[in-house]
Amino acid sequence: MLAGKLTRRQALKAAGALAGAGVASKLIGPLSIDPALRSTIYAAAPSGSPLKIGFQVHRTGIGAAYGKWYDRTATAAVKLINEKGGIAGRPVEIVAEDDGTDPKRGVEVVEKLAQQHKVDFIFGTLFSHVVIASAPRAGELKIPYLVVSEGYHVASGKMNRYTFQPGITDVRAQVTALAPFILKNLGKKITMVFPDYAFGHDHRDFFGQAVAKLGGKIHGLVPIPPTESSFTKYFPKVPAGTEVLYHVMVGPGVLTFVKEMGEHFGKKKPKLFGFIDSLEAVDIGSPGLEYLEGSYLWEAFPRYAGQYNTQWEKTYRERVGVDANGASKSDPKDISTYSHMFGVWETLFVIKEAVEKSGYKSPSDYKGFIETLEKIETFKEGLEHPQGTKRFVGRLHQGFGQQFVSQVQGKKLKVVHRTKIEEGMYTPDADYTKQPL
Amino acid sequence: MSLEGQLFLALLEGTVSGLVLALTALGLSLVFGVMRIVNVAHGEFYMLGAVVAWYVLTATNSFLAALVVAPLVAGATALVADRFVLRPIRYAPEATIVATIGLLYILQQLVLSIYGPYARSVAPPVYFRLDFPWFGYSGYKIVVAGLAALLLAATWLLVTRTRIGLYMRATQQDRETAQAFGVPVERIYAAAFALGAALAAIAGVLVLPIQQAHYLMGLDALLLSFMVVIIGGLGSLKGTLAAAFMIGLTDGLVSVFFTPTLARIVASVFVALVLVFRTGGLYGEGAA
Repeated sequence: MLAGKLTRRQALKAAGALAGAGVASKLIGPLSIDPALRSTIYAAAPSGSPLKIGFQVHRTGIGAAYGKWYDRTATAAVKLINEKGGIAGRPVEIVAEDDGTDPKRGVEVVEKLAQQHKVDFIFGTLFSHVVIASAPRAGELKIPYLVVSEGYHVASGKMNRYTFQPGITDVRAQVTALAPFILKNLGKKITMVFPDYAFGHDHRDFFGQAVAKLGGKIHGLVPIPPTESSFTKYFPKVPAGTEVLYHVMVGPGVLTFVKEMGEHFGKKKPKLFGFIDSLEAVDIGSPGLEYLEGSYLWEAFPRYAGQYNTQWEKTYRERVGVDANGASKSDPKDISTYSHMFGVWETLFVIKEAVEKSGYKSPSDYKGFIETLEKIETFKEGLEHPQGTKRFVGRLHQGFGQQFVSQVQGKKLKVVHRTKIEEGMYTPDADYTKQPL
Repeated sequence: MSLEGQLFLALLEGTVSGLVLALTALGLSLVFGVMRIVNVAHGEFYMLGAVVAWYVLTATNSFLAALVVAPLVAGATALVADRFVLRPIRYAPEATIVATIGLLYILQQLVLSIYGPYARSVAPPVYFRLDFPWFGYSGYKIVVAGLAALLLAATWLLVTRTRIGLYMRATQQDRETAQAFGVPVERIYAAAFALGAALAAIAGVLVLPIQQAHYLMGLDALLLSFMVVIIGGLGSLKGTLAAAFMIGLTDGLVSVFFTPTLARIVASVFVALVLVFRTGGLYGEGAA
């Protein structure tokens, strides 16, 4: 109770001061003073109290390769936001906390960010087992929790009113949009190799549904436990007569997986359709991957420059520090997770939009923030959303965007197909807006 | 794939993983045999081997250099740990378990803060693909299996044919009597601990081109090594070899014909059965 009262009082003070500062900045604005000086003015005024965004990041554990790039993307996005005047005039501050890609630690991180750091929002979680463990705690603590996971868990309705995924398309929509391309161009008898937990199960269930609807057949299923480090023994389970091998793998063993797949099949390989997850943070030119030449991969956002040529993509790439081959500008061996990390960037701009539209000031305004976000239907392509326009379905708390199919050509990825947003959309089952706040 | 193909793959995969496993577990068994301590940090020396090898290979591009430097670094780390952790607590069995758990975390976190949380691999020093009628197989894996067999044989010779081996066996049989006969027991302890670490590190170097160096890779190696030494009998080199093959081959066969998860279950059931019916393991001292 006391905390609530204090917050309200602080909020009132802040609101009053904000109005004052607004006037002040209007007065100072035309004099076009040094931006650094202006930011000190903001910081000096109580109105400049920062908007704190908690960042649940996989710095260690099996998600570390993603975490590193999520971190860089978040830093770049916040830098841009602050350069452009922050969110609702307030500077943004990221409070990052490592969850070790561990579900148990994930819950603790949510608690720590909410209760100890008293952040306004939490965002950035990727691995589905961490999301599924952490989201209920965020719901109990009643703090908006925006994940960048691509799992179907948010749209499934199994999370809660406080959990959103606006910045990256979910697996169900991705595979629904891609199925027609695979069946038309590669073959109809498909064997799936996937990680044996929620994320892989989404692939299995929804790609299976989409294939059946289009007259194809799932010929075999090869689930692989998430901690596996050797894969040779799984490949005999790919049944004879498989026309297309559909692979999606995550974690530190991805390179081993793809190499061993090549060693096993050699020239007699079925046609390959992979999710870039199997090769995120991995150089397509790595020794042992030559056999991938000519095979197809899904990308959410093309890794190589010029494959999706927009001014916003260029600026985004530059800002995050990614070179034309999708690697870090400072280390060409440090390959990014380009098809996932844009979601971090876009989610931060979603927070900005929802905060500014709802007039959010402090945690007592969560209701307005959530209801405003639920009513937004489109995030327009631009520097805020460089991957492309997103349709946002408020009752599902899920964003939907375009997808890319790329072919390995000359050890690089070349986009050969682009899906429309509508191709991935499905009839929503869930409705979070009916849940109490 | 035809039945012969599957059977062949299962046996091949089983033999290769059995040999690598034997090499990984050998150090754990040796350390227990000579020093009577359970080294919970054993897997971390395996991890250390892979990580150091990655650094050496990135710097020099020489696999041979990695094969020499990594076990030396792991061995030196083990010597330091022996001198400053194990000797002060007088190798008391319970205390060493706790101390080596601490060592496990120290090594893991050190690697995490220096090397980072990444999974990095290197290209194999020799690479060719063996094309069998049913499937292809990495030639490097066969090379690794061959090298592992050579190292196992060398360790065997060291323990059975050399003076230091004699000292080790004497210390293993009866510490006090050995000391009375002039065996420098403390130095033998240090040597056994360093040798155990070096063997694990070599295994880490050899698997680096197949897998990736990652700060958590030691945990899985530790678990499997424990399974091997429990089934084979702690301290018995023969038992370690037999158990490693048993686990490797059942893993290969069960994985290929059923599921890899079932293979792990079967191995765990073996461990349980051994603990119930043959406490000392197949070749251990408690066995008849």
